[in-house]
Amino acid sequence: MSVRVGSNLEKVLAAGQFAVTVEIGPPRGPDPAEVRKKAGFIRGIGDACNVTDNQTAVVRMSSIAAAKILLDEGIEPVMQMTCRDRNRIAMQSDLLGAWALGIRNCLCISGDHQKAGAGGKLKGHPGAKNVYDIDSIQLISVVKGLSENAVQEGGDTISQAAPFFIGAAWTPFGTPEKFRVMRLAKKIAAGANFIQTQAVYDVVHFAESMRKAREMGLTEKAAILAGVILPRSSGMLKYMKANVPGVDVPDAMIERMKSSKDPKAEGVKIAVELIQALKAIPGLRGVHLQAIEAEEALPEVAKAAGLFPRPSLG
Amino acid sequence: MIFADCKPIEEIVKNLKGSKNVLLIGCATCVAECAVGGEREVEILAPLLRMALEKEGGPVQITTKTLEKQCEAEFVEELVELMPGVDAVVSLACGIGVQAVADRFQKVAVFPGVNTSALTIREEPGLWATRCEACGDCVLGETFGICPISRCAKSLMNGPCGGTRNDGKCEVNPDVDCAWTLIVDRAEARGALKSLMEVRKTKNWSNSRHGGTKRVLREDLRV
Repeated sequence: MSVRVGSNLEKVLAAGQFAVTVEIGPPRGPDPAEVRKKAGFIRGIGDACNVTDNQTAVVRMSSIAAAKILLDEGIEPVMQMTCRDRNRIAMQSDLLGAWALGIRNCLCISGDHQKAGAGGKLKGHPGAKNVYDIDSIQLISVVKGLSENAVQEGGDTISQAAPFFIGAAWTPFGTPEKFRVMRLAKKIAAGANFIQTQAVYDVVHFAESMRKAREMGLTEKAAILAGVILPRSSGMLKYMKANVPGVDVPDAMIERMKSSKDPKAEGVKIAVELIQALKAIPGLRGVHLQAIEAEEALPEVAKAAGLFPRPSLG
Repeated sequence: MIFADCKPIEEIVKNLKGSKNVLLIGCATCVAECAVGGEREVEILAPLLRMALEKEGGPVQITTKTLEKQCEAEFVEELVELMPGVDAVVSLACGIGVQAVADRFQKVAVFPGVNTSALTIREEPGLWATRCEACGDCVLGETFGICPISRCAKSLMNGPCGGTRNDGKCEVNPDVDCAWTLIVDRAEARGALKSLMEVRKTKNWSNSRHGGTKRVLREDLRV
């Protein structure tokens, strides 16, 4: 894999290193200090850090702005971009602006429907009109056009290309499962360079999905990073199993958390074991490590899993 | 068919405040089929409206009429003889019917009595579901006769989002099937799953409302 864009994440993957990405959600207010505080928790833990784009359809500081704050903090961002809120004109404009600001990684996703409203915890904006002018796979091809061909979606050329390292999401256990690896293939055919998966708790099941991806040659064409979300309690795992589509949690893991006297420590142990097991899957190129509203716990996980320190590739 | 929901009667009454002679009109086509604006609904609503308006003082006259097709000028013409003295009109037709009446009788206030909301099929008695969005660029030939534009909450064109529930329902509504799960299942049953591997390019929305208000002139049909 040669380096095209020059982002740190791309270089780490091109060097054959097992990559680590982390994630933060921008604040619901305008205070840049909140982004810097979260940056402090994850500094040095990942090769790049995802910045979510109004996740669960709740208004937050824009992913571009928060990504720029991370850049200024010396942390490489992966700017997430959803198809819910912008048409192809606004998206391309924002992509050019993001590139001008130094953002080089972009994750293309459909986005949560505006009815999501933080899973009912916040009011959100359920009466909003959504856009979905283009879908996430078409967005990948649009970013590729700007990246490699210096051409806008409508066909107009631009003065210079805006090379992005292009990411996409994969929910390997989502319904209909038989189509999920095919949809992954479509994303890679459209131009995705790296893939971050939905949280994996069932490694055996995931290894089977990876086998299918390998057989289709997908692991040769894009770098797949498995999603790992730090378990914090048995309740959290139960909730995810019941309510988050495409997340499968073995009952034994829920039991293990439940019977533990120190669930937080047990969660770290489980995350470390998951990472070790995932590392053994042929073709897997890294992990996307998250701790929801508990980013401060990530350094411990990364260190215990032998993922620290991160390679420095200049 | 064009589907509409009833407006809350309070909203209709509020619009009619001070009116003494109201013409309440229905339409015998789509809104009659979805049981919000046909003759039956007009005759049920009329006394309720009269009582609500009379509560505010004085007698109120409500005249009722259900047109065969409120979106056609020749049927709208049947209202001419009823209009003298009318100070407000409530139409239980879809938005097209309301405008046909408002255009013909511009001096009188015409209020909608329903909310036009979708192009649907009647799946079962009493159950309607969206089937079309009038996007102007039909893809049903490639999606095995299931419309992802109107039936996927995100109008996705290349397969299901990550939010499909384990039981194949949509993340937005547990009672609604994930359109892409239906498409994938039908494609597989037809032995054609591979056809869904093709990346569908960005859609041209300009033949729908996104291209500006639609106006079609067919010279071959002009008199």
